[in-house]
Amino acid sequence: MTGRLSPFLAAMMTLGFLFLYGPIASVIVYSFNASRLVTVWAGFSTRWYGALLANEQIKNAALTSFEIALMAATGALILGTLAGFALARYRRFAGRTLFAALVTGPLVMPEVITGLSLLLLFVALEQAIGWPHGRGVPTIVIAHITLGMAYVSVVVEARLASFDRSLEEAALDLGAKPGKVFAAITLPLIAPALVAGWLLAFTLSLDDLVIASFTTGPAATTLPMVIFSSVRLGVSPQINALATILLVVVAVAIVIAGRAVARTRSSAAR
Amino acid sequence: MSARPYTGRWRRLAVVMPPYAWLALFFLVPFAIVLKISLADQAMSIPPYTPLIAGGHLLASTANYRFLASDSLYARAFGNSIWFAAWATCGCLLIGYPLAYGIVRAPLRWRNALLLLVILPFWTSFLIRVYAWIGLLQDNGLINRLLLDIGLVHAPLPLLNNSFAVYVGLIYSYLPYMVLPLYAALEKLDPVLLEAAADLGCRPSQAFRRVTLPLSLPGIVAGALLVFIPMCGEFIIPDLLGGPNTLMIGHVLWDEFFTNRDWPVASAVAVAMLVLLVLPMGLLRRYLTGERA
Repeated sequence: MTGRLSPFLAAMMTLGFLFLYGPIASVIVYSFNASRLVTVWAGFSTRWYGALLANEQIKNAALTSFEIALMAATGALILGTLAGFALARYRRFAGRTLFAALVTGPLVMPEVITGLSLLLLFVALEQAIGWPHGRGVPTIVIAHITLGMAYVSVVVEARLASFDRSLEEAALDLGAKPGKVFAAITLPLIAPALVAGWLLAFTLSLDDLVIASFTTGPAATTLPMVIFSSVRLGVSPQINALATILLVVVAVAIVIAGRAVARTRSSAAR
Repeated sequence: MSARPYTGRWRRLAVVMPPYAWLALFFLVPFAIVLKISLADQAMSIPPYTPLIAGGHLLASTANYRFLASDSLYARAFGNSIWFAAWATCGCLLIGYPLAYGIVRAPLRWRNALLLLVILPFWTSFLIRVYAWIGLLQDNGLINRLLLDIGLVHAPLPLLNNSFAVYVGLIYSYLPYMVLPLYAALEKLDPVLLEAAADLGCRPSQAFRRVTLPLSLPGIVAGALLVFIPMCGEFIIPDLLGGPNTLMIGHVLWDEFFTNRDWPVASAVAVAMLVLLVLPMGLLRRYLTGERA
């Protein structure tokens, strides 16, 4: 149903996109503002970026967040791929309904509940078996794997549902071992979903405030926690600069991933 | 039927077991613990709650639940959450539907780019997107300065720290989640149906109401179900944009835990949210969308 857009529709779309991007644009523009007052324009300046780079607290928190996101996204990729695979390929097995509910549960569960319940589990486990000893990076990683694998499995399952299984069957008929079929056929075909799923889990982990606040201990402060405590005190030009850097990093990552996905697609089609 | 890979019994077990065991331990068991601690009492100890079984006696009590039922703060916060989430879901639909419809109607070569433009904000930090609105809505923020400069108002409008700001934050943050299922439903719609409606004498507005809208209903339902529960449990938006009259249940849970350090009452709030909100919505979703969500 392509065709010309009516003026009404075009206006609604313009407004919709303005609504989506206006706030983000204002943050970027005012990160280059010379004034400390965030809403009064006083000329172009990069002073807040300098101040940001000198801020040890933010740098440490960024490193912690990055480390957590790398581990969480990788764990979520492995477990989420297995879960998506199981849901797409095994139409019946004992406990499948429960499994499907558990996999997609974290997507709709309010974060405060996920965070509180995981914290109480960690406390109970520590009492019972002495692990995890205290809370910090490892417990946040476990929490973020649980959240991220839900997103990975949805993406992988959708990809598996849409691809032609006769390719796998042909390879098998031609004498390839199951391991070889996976490496030569299945893996390249679901590679775009794996890239997208990993990135999704990575950005979710990097961004999470609520679940990390519940599951952390005194040892680990993540970037969103620093941003949140600063934002609660009001708008600050340093946070605008930090937000701009984060936006650029995410945009670059998406473009690179998009290119990688396009390349795998064209090579898989060949 | 030709042989299919990945179907051996042990291979299946190796695929299913790791994620199943992980989710059972880190997503299912925790709810049992939340339930258990909601029946305990706050205590000055580490961890800060009383044991359920001491000296061979079961010490479970429903005191926390009776407390939640007796203090109107909790009922009000719960009602607020549903009220805000319901209207914000409608708001998402009102803005998201024309957006999704426009993308489907746009020339083919623009379609992917437009869709990407909708998804992109979803990849950027939630916290920062909410934060951006503080700079726009506050008394000396961009919107008020603009209105003052063109002389439309003479004193800044109260846009921040009230329910208006919470609605804006909720709609803004959850809009991409609404547009995607709407787009998926509208894209599947066969244009032949609209041509047939036109041939049979339907005006475009009639065709929209009698063909497009009913056929996109699954997308509307899917989008609404996707955004409603997370909106109800939202903490960041009411905390940063809301005021004294916008208390929401997710915020109450946070305060009980972090401010009052009352883990048992926080757990009871979580159980109440699960029983009164998450489970009914989950069942509704199953009922409306069939077995697969």
